[in-house]
Amino acid sequence: MVENRPLLTLLAHLALIAGVAVVAFPVYLAFVASTHPSSAFLSGTLPLVPGDHMGETYSRMLFSGVSTSGAPPLWLMMTNSLIMALSIAIGKIAISILSAFAIVYFRFPCRALAFWMIFVTLMLPVEVRIVPTFEVVANLGMLDTYAGLSIPLIASATATFLFRQFFLTVPDELVEAARIDGAGPMRFFRDMLLPLSRTNMAALFVILFIYGWNQYLWPLLVTTDESQYTIVMGIKRLANVADADPQWNNVMATVILAMVPPVLVVIGMQKLFVKGLVEQEK
Amino acid sequence: MQTKRTIFHNRWLPYLLLAPQLAITVIFFLWPAAQAVRQSFLREDAFGLKTEFVGLGNYLRLFSDPSYLNAFQVTAVFAVSVAALSMGLALLLAVAVDRVLRANQSYTTLLVWPYAVAPAVAGVLWWFLFNPTIGILPYALEQLGYDWNHNLDGTDAMILVVIAASWKQISYNFLFFVAGLQAIPQSLREAAAIDGAGPVERFFTVVFPLLSPTTFFLLVINVTYTMFETFAVIDAATEGGPSQATNILVYKVYRDGFVSLNLGSSAAQSVILMFIVIALTFVQFRWIERRVQY
Amino acid sequence: MYRTFLAGASLAALCAGGAAAQTEITWWHAMGGELGTKLEEIVQGYNDSQDQFEVSPVYKGTYTETMTAAISAFRAGEQPDIVQVFEVGTGTMMAAQGAIYPVYELMEDTGQSFDPEAYLPAVVGYYTDTDGNMLSMPFNSSTPILYYNKAVFEEAGLDPEQPPETWSEVEEASRRIMESGAAECGFTSGWISWIQLENFSAWHDLPIGTQQNGFGGIDPDLTMNGETQVRHWNNLAEWQEAGLFRYGGPGGGDDAPPAFYAGECAMYMNSSASRAGVMANTDFEVGFGMLPHYDDVEGAPQNSIIGGATLWVLRGQSDEEYTGVADFFDYLSSAEVQADWHQFSGYLPITEAAYELSRDQGYYDENPGADTAIEQITLNAPTENSKGLRFGNYVQIRNVIDEEFQNLLSGDKTAQEALDSLVERGNQLIDDFAQANG
Repeated sequence: MVENRPLLTLLAHLALIAGVAVVAFPVYLAFVASTHPSSAFLSGTLPLVPGDHMGETYSRMLFSGVSTSGAPPLWLMMTNSLIMALSIAIGKIAISILSAFAIVYFRFPCRALAFWMIFVTLMLPVEVRIVPTFEVVANLGMLDTYAGLSIPLIASATATFLFRQFFLTVPDELVEAARIDGAGPMRFFRDMLLPLSRTNMAALFVILFIYGWNQYLWPLLVTTDESQYTIVMGIKRLANVADADPQWNNVMATVILAMVPPVLVVIGMQKLFVKGLVEQEK
Repeated sequence: MQTKRTIFHNRWLPYLLLAPQLAITVIFFLWPAAQAVRQSFLREDAFGLKTEFVGLGNYLRLFSDPSYLNAFQVTAVFAVSVAALSMGLALLLAVAVDRVLRANQSYTTLLVWPYAVAPAVAGVLWWFLFNPTIGILPYALEQLGYDWNHNLDGTDAMILVVIAASWKQISYNFLFFVAGLQAIPQSLREAAAIDGAGPVERFFTVVFPLLSPTTFFLLVINVTYTMFETFAVIDAATEGGPSQATNILVYKVYRDGFVSLNLGSSAAQSVILMFIVIALTFVQFRWIERRVQY
Repeated sequence: MYRTFLAGASLAALCAGGAAAQTEITWWHAMGGELGTKLEEIVQGYNDSQDQFEVSPVYKGTYTETMTAAISAFRAGEQPDIVQVFEVGTGTMMAAQGAIYPVYELMEDTGQSFDPEAYLPAVVGYYTDTDGNMLSMPFNSSTPILYYNKAVFEEAGLDPEQPPETWSEVEEASRRIMESGAAECGFTSGWISWIQLENFSAWHDLPIGTQQNGFGGIDPDLTMNGETQVRHWNNLAEWQEAGLFRYGGPGGGDDAPPAFYAGECAMYMNSSASRAGVMANTDFEVGFGMLPHYDDVEGAPQNSIIGGATLWVLRGQSDEEYTGVADFFDYLSSAEVQADWHQFSGYLPITEAAYELSRDQGYYDENPGADTAIEQITLNAPTENSKGLRFGNYVQIRNVIDEEFQNLLSGDKTAQEALDSLVERGNQLIDDFAQANG
């Protein structure tokens, strides 16, 4: 610190505490809402302290769901979300690291073209080409499958870039040493690059897991079968009930359960997460 | 494009390594994009039973359609507001964290987690807080004499989605500002302090200019974020209403394509959006290259 | 592949025995909440009654979501056997001749007995083609009525047994209620487009479009910007300004029911099928009345029109599945099932037999007000203006109606401007539809 100004430091603390409070406030209220019976919301005033229906609501939502709102048991939706998030994260890392390896360590005809084709994917978020992508997936018979949920989201320019940049910083001497040992490219990849990329992969994994878990529009479109619903899209089903009031306690319990896994991942792997985030954009 | 000086030689291996990435890119990106271009010249009924070539008809219709021009305006207002709000708050918090060295880590933990919250969830949360019957915020605002109604008032609805979208984005900006602040050499600040500059003056003459690359970068990222990734926030909180006051471009593509089943128009909008994305990405790419090459 | 598994734990347990041999029939529907529970019960009843077919109902969200999901799925070749489509989607579905399997044909092809005469004329008229053939299966038809809070009426010094009949009475009652402090607002309404424009017009015997409200051709023009409609929308805007009327939001008006349940608004106009929700969520005595009318408008009250939905069968499935669908439809339209559904939900009894059965069971004697909807819809013989409506792209036009109503209430437009703009935009959508399907 440049100089000691207790007043400024106090102000800083106040600002931070206010910031933390503002950030946490909606989630706190959502949690409170999820612990009250649904009748608590008819009176028109929102309770501000937790109620006593927490166990009941959560166990009902987790294990039986609300079929009339198109919500299967949440454990099922959470499992689907987990499968989708893991497939996307692992798939992205796997195909990106391979293509980055090819682009950095080989020279071959059409290398620039390949690079640009991958780069193009950065330009086209799924939302802007949603209708034709849906039709492609449908024509391939991938609606209502885990493959349909995850594969179209796997191609990623950002992850390829990250690995490319990282590989560029790996000293050339390593390749020479590998050559002298008589190691081929794949052995070099396995024995040298993969271990060196471990932190990068882990950091990227955190970011991509969250990306995958939080997908909303895509699962909403490609799943028609309740057994394939993911939890984030399931919230929408619960919140929109024709001719009736939303069951706020159920909706909010789902909201809480939908955010717990990715938030835990971020908090538990904060260092990796920050690294992944900041590096990804370099 | 950069490469290694030392490389491997193999005729087919690089293609094999690239194959999965390229296959997915072609099947799920390039092909659909080409389809969107094709579809944008067609008129089709909802079930896809009758198709007719209409040339640029869909595009011409769009640019004479007030609701499309409105979507541009709404998107601009939304993007600028979210960027300003989330970056402003994030910078404030980052500067504060930079001051309180000791508790720095715990504050960071307490501030970054909203990054992990799905945009859809953020939308539902704020929609709940602003619900006219049981929401706590309209109640509080009423006590202050403000009659909140995002079902009718376009401005209220815009404020709602801006808050929901910014809330989630603060943590991201915060991390980058913290990293940016930590990269500023202590000696520069000390030099300014010796010159007699107070903390506020120092911030504006030394710290903020040095943060400008980070700020610019975040601006681009935030604009891209609000343009494309806030779909779920809009869908969960306002569905583009009232009277299209929060109908941003991406949401309109979806509404016109999947809800109104006007595929030609929706495809034409996709194509226009692709051009916008390409322009934005170009800006971003210039940035990436610069950072890589120094 | 998980479909069987998915229908829910209870179902899974039930079909554990011989699930493999059954033909599965998928039904996408839009009935959430209490109605959804009842629907599942009805389907369960069918599944238990035989072991050849297994109907699995899937809730697909709102009416609009359900319909558009089915259309997207059809384009992708993944369509369900049966989809529930709301009345305003009728024009779109009818035009899609290669995609739909008309019910009269289905019943004929599968040799299922089927008598269109058994249905209430007010219902059937809405869903038949120009030759009088029934294209979709009526399932849930309703009409909007007035619900009111008797306790609030009493507190405000109004006669709790006398619902207001005209709009001036509604206005006066609302003022009394607000002045006495018995409730915060006079009335609210679900479905602005359906209740405060389409039904409003039919109820006052006014057209909303040319070519017999669209029944006569594919390219009609909207005419809902007439003098009386402008007057009514203008009043609604003023009443909203004064707090007498509270807007419940676009589409079905999600914020309207809670406002009535919580006792904030004393009167509430919504579908007769909201009855189940009203009964489940209120702890005060509820009264029922017909929709209000302006008594200086000639011909009012005429009769109200229906809303709700019918079941459409989509092409592209196996004959076996269609046999099952026909069998299931036969079950659905039986007097017992229909009477049960009607009495539970407040939807109209769609067959004469179900109406008679309900009467014989003494349902209307025990539940005063439950027949309000039927009386209202059959009040007079339907005219060209009160038979219903059929326009292409009407789902989108409904959105335009909501948007223009919002423009009106927010003060951006006058009633005349809002309705003029609505007609202009709506006509554009109808033209588009005519061109794409012509």
